[in-house]
Amino acid sequence: MRVLKQIVAVTWLNLRNLPQRVGSSVVAVIGVAAVVLVFAAVLSMAKGFERTMISAGSDDTAIIMRSGSTSELNSGISNDQALIVANAPGVLKDGDSAVISAELYVVVDVKKKSTNTDANVPFRGIQSGAFAVRNNVAMVEGRMFETGKNEIIVGRAAQQEFAGLDTGSTIRFGQTEWQIVGVFEAQGSVSESELWTDVRVLQNAYRRGNFFQSVRAKLQSSASLPELEAALEADPRIDPDVMSEREYYSGQAEPLSRFIKLIGYPLTILMSIGAVFGALNSMYSSVSVRGKEIATLRALGFGPISILFSTMIESTLLALVGGVVGGAIAFLAFNGFQVSTLNGASFSQVVFDFAVTPDLLINGLYAALIIGAFGGLFPAIRAARLPVAQALREL
Amino acid sequence: MKYFRLIWKNAWRKKIRTSLTVLSVFVAFLLFALLSALGFAFRGGVDVADAERLIVIDKISLINPLPMSYRNRIAATEGVESVTHASWFGGYYQDPRNQFGQFPVDPESYFDMYPEFNMPAEQFEAFKRNRTGAVVGREIADTYGWKVGDQIPIQATIWTRADGGRTWEFQLEGIFSTDDPRGSSALMLFQYDYFEEARAFGKGTVGWYILRVSKGADPVQVANAIDLQFANSPNETETSTEAAFAQSFTKQFGNIALIVTLILGAVFFTLLLVSGNTMSQSVRERISELAVLKTLGFSDPAVLGIVLSESILIMLMGGLLGLGLGWLLIQGLAQQMAAFLPGIFLSPAAMAGGVAMMIGAGILAGIFPALKAMRLSIIDALARA
Repeated sequence: MRVLKQIVAVTWLNLRNLPQRVGSSVVAVIGVAAVVLVFAAVLSMAKGFERTMISAGSDDTAIIMRSGSTSELNSGISNDQALIVANAPGVLKDGDSAVISAELYVVVDVKKKSTNTDANVPFRGIQSGAFAVRNNVAMVEGRMFETGKNEIIVGRAAQQEFAGLDTGSTIRFGQTEWQIVGVFEAQGSVSESELWTDVRVLQNAYRRGNFFQSVRAKLQSSASLPELEAALEADPRIDPDVMSEREYYSGQAEPLSRFIKLIGYPLTILMSIGAVFGALNSMYSSVSVRGKEIATLRALGFGPISILFSTMIESTLLALVGGVVGGAIAFLAFNGFQVSTLNGASFSQVVFDFAVTPDLLINGLYAALIIGAFGGLFPAIRAARLPVAQALREL
Repeated sequence: MKYFRLIWKNAWRKKIRTSLTVLSVFVAFLLFALLSALGFAFRGGVDVADAERLIVIDKISLINPLPMSYRNRIAATEGVESVTHASWFGGYYQDPRNQFGQFPVDPESYFDMYPEFNMPAEQFEAFKRNRTGAVVGREIADTYGWKVGDQIPIQATIWTRADGGRTWEFQLEGIFSTDDPRGSSALMLFQYDYFEEARAFGKGTVGWYILRVSKGADPVQVANAIDLQFANSPNETETSTEAAFAQSFTKQFGNIALIVTLILGAVFFTLLLVSGNTMSQSVRERISELAVLKTLGFSDPAVLGIVLSESILIMLMGGLLGLGLGWLLIQGLAQQMAAFLPGIFLSPAAMAGGVAMMIGAGILAGIFPALKAMRLSIIDALARA
């Protein structure tokens, strides 16, 4: 109990005369803040990207592609095969017709607003079932395209990120002119990075005959997936890969988010090591400046344990302040920051927001605490071991 | 230089403090080395692009193929010296994660177009003779442990064979490498004729054309002439220099460069603070010593120089160590990541920039304490001590 009281007293004393050591303390705080800032900024990119990709997929929607294809872009499904899917067991029926959408996925060059250079923007031909197989898509501006016409609806994120996609404008791809007639939202998911049109029109414009690249089918429930898969695997007329939409999009997200993490974590660890040196420096100088004060306290009867802990607490508190500052800057500067990048898996742009999530901030604070503890430990030991008589004489 | 011993002794006056500062500078420049090598990879060969080479792609998108018939028309365009083509195969080896560039090409004209790719002559001859032969870059061969003569099955993700299969078997006939240490040869090449014959669909097309402009011809004019030729056809083209083509890819990755710059900025800011703080502390502690120096007859500029040099010395010690270790790590990393992210390279320019930054940061961190030391009045300083 007495030790605890002493620790509180000494810590309080230390904190009150912090302003006298403001230079080195601020350096330690900024060092930690920079670590947390970089950590949160880099990993919020991975978080935001994963969120965009994964929120697009639901468990009760199946996506059917030609087996062996790694993304929609590589796949090919004939009209007959799409009909087989429509009649397969496990697919949700709305009255007589199955809730499916056979789709064509191509890439077109559209200028990115931020760089004014061409970017691979996904251009999807859909059937009327497209809205029903996706849970979260809704028109928010203008109107739906008319079937058979060269009309496009654009995702909200695509419209913000790429040039010339406002409702009412026309855009030219090769020899075909397209009218943009509306905007849809999909709760920030990857669908919002896309342009949509009638699949028949797109097939003609791209001379793809009566071919699709994927079929999305609404399932009766997420448990119906194995039933559908078994039925299609058994059918000799189709050689499919069947997976849930969520599984598909997780797979598409994996390479890029793994890559960002592969950079982000080692970067954070390296920077943390740097920050530990900064904290050590500042705490050593704090201890050496206070040498006389510590010796006096020891002479007054304060034990080495309370000196040790108070130094540790000071260092940890400073680091925590740095962590909070860094986290706050990361949140204010990066949260919701919209970027788009080329997702190698689908060879097309994905528009996403940086997401500085609470768990990132909490992890950042843990890192700050660890830095503070390490940065305080050795100086604290030195402070506690300071020979009293010698220290008093020296100064 | 005659003061080096003095500066050195001064720098190590407080061993722990100086070591810690050197170590944080070390970490900062290690990061700098790694990030700039990564940035180089992201620029994706823009720096190594050949100005005489042009790339012709479909105007709507690179994923649309171009007709084979364009080859002769491009070759006949004025200012075109030679032309070859490549296509995207997009397969993988054993596991979908093992993806790398595979291109069906016309061996003779392709290797003419890329003289930087070197291969033993007998391997090249064997490759040309074997219809189902393939050659790979050194990086790929190392990554998967392939040797000449190996049978290599590649799983196609796009190109189903006419017989319905998706496995394409190749015999490895050769391994090539690139002269340029900055360049990458992380790709696999095989015969277009075999590809064309065996694929189920898409016959009569290629992915893109690569051409070399003749000496003295203006690349921009040649590019315009080609695009004009195919305007209003079903396959309009877009011709750009290799550098612009590589750049357009880099730009597609978006704000990566910005993010790298931000991180470097944060690192540097921190680094400056740490060392600036150390310097001003050490000057504060040494006021009486500096006054003694001046009493002994050291001029004001000499004192300024001594303090400033100490700051630069500390930066150089940490920085050069960091850059050195970074360079070593990058050699290993470039090997490891060759197939995944080719072209990780610490350029001499980046290293020179790093050294310049060390000196700059040393000056910035030391200038205020050094000025303070220079302006020191002997009487005041000695009195205070």
